[in-house]
Amino acid sequence: MGIVHGEEMVLNIGPQHPSTHGVLRLHVRTDGEIISHIEPVIGYLHRCFEKHCENLSYEQVIPFTDRCDYIASMNNNFGYVVAMEELLGIQVPERVEYIRVIMAELNRIASHLVALGTYGLDVGAFTPFLYMFRDRERILDLFELTCGARLLYNYMWVGGLSHDLPVGFVEATYRFLDDFEPNLNEYHELLMYNKIFIERTADVGILPPDVAISYGVTGPNLRGSGVSWDLRKDEPYSIYDRLDFEIPVGTGQMGTVGDCWDRYWVRAQEMAESVKILRQALKDLPAEGDVHEALPRKVRPPKGSIYKRTESPRGDLAYYIISDGKPVPFRLKMRSPAFTALSVLSEIASGWMISDVIAILGSLDIVLGEIDR
Amino acid sequence: MTVDGLIRWLSGLSGTGEQAWMLLLAALITGIPLFLVLATNAIVAVYVERKVSAFMQDRVGPMGQGAGLHAGKWGLLQTVADALKLLLKEDIIPSAADKKLFIAAPFIIFLAPFLAFSAVPFNQTLEMVDLNIGIFYILAMGSFGVIGLILAGWASDNKWSLYGAMRSAAQIVSYEIPAGLSIISVIMLTGTLSMQGIIEAQTGTRWGFLPNWMVFNNPFSLLAFVVYFISSVAEVNRTPFDIPEAESELVAGFHTEYSGMRWALFFLSEYANMLIVTAVAAIVFLGGWTSPIPGWFSTAGWGLFWFLFKVGFLILVMMWFRWTFPRLRVDQLMNVCWKVLLPLAMLNIFGVGLWALVVG
Repeated sequence: MGIVHGEEMVLNIGPQHPSTHGVLRLHVRTDGEIISHIEPVIGYLHRCFEKHCENLSYEQVIPFTDRCDYIASMNNNFGYVVAMEELLGIQVPERVEYIRVIMAELNRIASHLVALGTYGLDVGAFTPFLYMFRDRERILDLFELTCGARLLYNYMWVGGLSHDLPVGFVEATYRFLDDFEPNLNEYHELLMYNKIFIERTADVGILPPDVAISYGVTGPNLRGSGVSWDLRKDEPYSIYDRLDFEIPVGTGQMGTVGDCWDRYWVRAQEMAESVKILRQALKDLPAEGDVHEALPRKVRPPKGSIYKRTESPRGDLAYYIISDGKPVPFRLKMRSPAFTALSVLSEIASGWMISDVIAILGSLDIVLGEIDR
Repeated sequence: MTVDGLIRWLSGLSGTGEQAWMLLLAALITGIPLFLVLATNAIVAVYVERKVSAFMQDRVGPMGQGAGLHAGKWGLLQTVADALKLLLKEDIIPSAADKKLFIAAPFIIFLAPFLAFSAVPFNQTLEMVDLNIGIFYILAMGSFGVIGLILAGWASDNKWSLYGAMRSAAQIVSYEIPAGLSIISVIMLTGTLSMQGIIEAQTGTRWGFLPNWMVFNNPFSLLAFVVYFISSVAEVNRTPFDIPEAESELVAGFHTEYSGMRWALFFLSEYANMLIVTAVAAIVFLGGWTSPIPGWFSTAGWGLFWFLFKVGFLILVMMWFRWTFPRLRVDQLMNVCWKVLLPLAMLNIFGVGLWALVVG
């Protein structure tokens, strides 16, 4: 008799939906609960970031980068200033480099906490989300202490930082890390090793390494597929070559390599690695140094272009900047890791159920601010 | 205080024998307090749920902040304020909805636990009717609510509602089977379907110190309790089995299009259903109004206390589940029911039969 196919129904998941992580619309064709075709529709949050940049001076671009990946603004700042400094040929002081790494890694933890917490919400667990936000709150407090802003920092400037670290920051960060490490294990027991959670995520949404590479998926999503690729290790920028940390890769512990559980696990391990990096950076942080020392009077790069990529919590975040010698960029292009991660969704989510699609989408950890820009 | 007793009392007063109006009056006298119990239950349960979830999540939950329009001490008035807000909200019926069915659905859903509750004994005497098929009646009324869910999902003319309705229909109908079968294994021991009869079979002691409850009767009846409790969590659509209204997938499931008081009726019936399934668990497996210390605290007043205590405890366990576990997927849910719970329930019937033959 074969499989009976009923009439297919078109379902729009989003743009207003609790689990699309922003204003994303998933155009889905369903046969009962099974999804036969899925197509992400983007553009609801498009703010002409790249076009705006062509009318802004190089310093003025930085607040705009904040608003792209608003979950990890520090990392966006970081990528841009690293690219600009290479274009200008500026050497920043040691202390600035260390503070930047500290901020970037703190923001990586905060970003992964949001990713894992909301992933818990996606699969129906409410409590881990609030626990993780409790810890994220303390990171945001640290940022607020430093630069006065909680989400959109405009902290890293071309050639330096907007503010030096405030008094008591290092101690407060140590206190946070001491509390955070045991908490991390508690969250893993609560969610990651929960039998129902494993049932929901293991063997679901498998992203094979070759597909991941051919789609240009990067970051924890790629590492979840078992490919060890991290720009902090493989193409070190700033002071990452001096720090000692591991690159966790998915091994298919609970199912197949590259399933949702592996992606979750990679993010969880990365938080522990970030804690390791933070401890080293805080220990080696030079006591002296003026964070405004290397700030150029006028940011006006010579004619030329640069393509510089850095490792944001979501993967390869790259800026392509073309300068024609004027005070504004001729062209600025941002390579968004979340965009490539979303593009692989229709490849790996077809044939699964509606609940699985929500779980797969959550495991890719997309931020619409960065996809639409 | 049963309907029968009231009718006898009324006919004694009037001296004209039993008449139809007496039945109506007696039903009203007993029915209105029952309705109030269910309504207060929802208000209290919502408050408790909020506070329990808050304490589990390192929060404080609803709190009052001094004089003025605030939620009272410890936020005690929060759910009252919520209920008032829901009453005052605009009544929206989507233009594409099937109007009659849309209006009827919440009432049908609420009617089911209300009807079921008329056969629940609160203590030795407090009960609307003691039917000789009490437990059977309650189970039947419990599954009656599914019709309302399907109506709500269908009449809303919303794809999410339809998904929610289909999921809940499949889920509730499936989970009734292991729940019913595990109750059968107890009925085999008590030999009666009457609620009071089942409780009376559980009075006395076991091995000198334990109360003679069904959970302690034999290993199979303990297993039956576990099977029943898991099935009942699924029957009332709570996490980890809350897939019909899975908020991260289906927005709100079958009640997506409902708002205001109609939506409140869904909420009311959810908590009323919780009360029903836990009341059945307390009566059938935990001895209903009997005291946990045999021979002590066994007056009618204590009976009411013990019954409410057991029900409250089981509801608390359900809340504990909800705020701890992730949600299962729809096919995994069916697997748990048909491949795990149903064979276990069957085994229980066999085991209890063997136990009754060999030991008891």
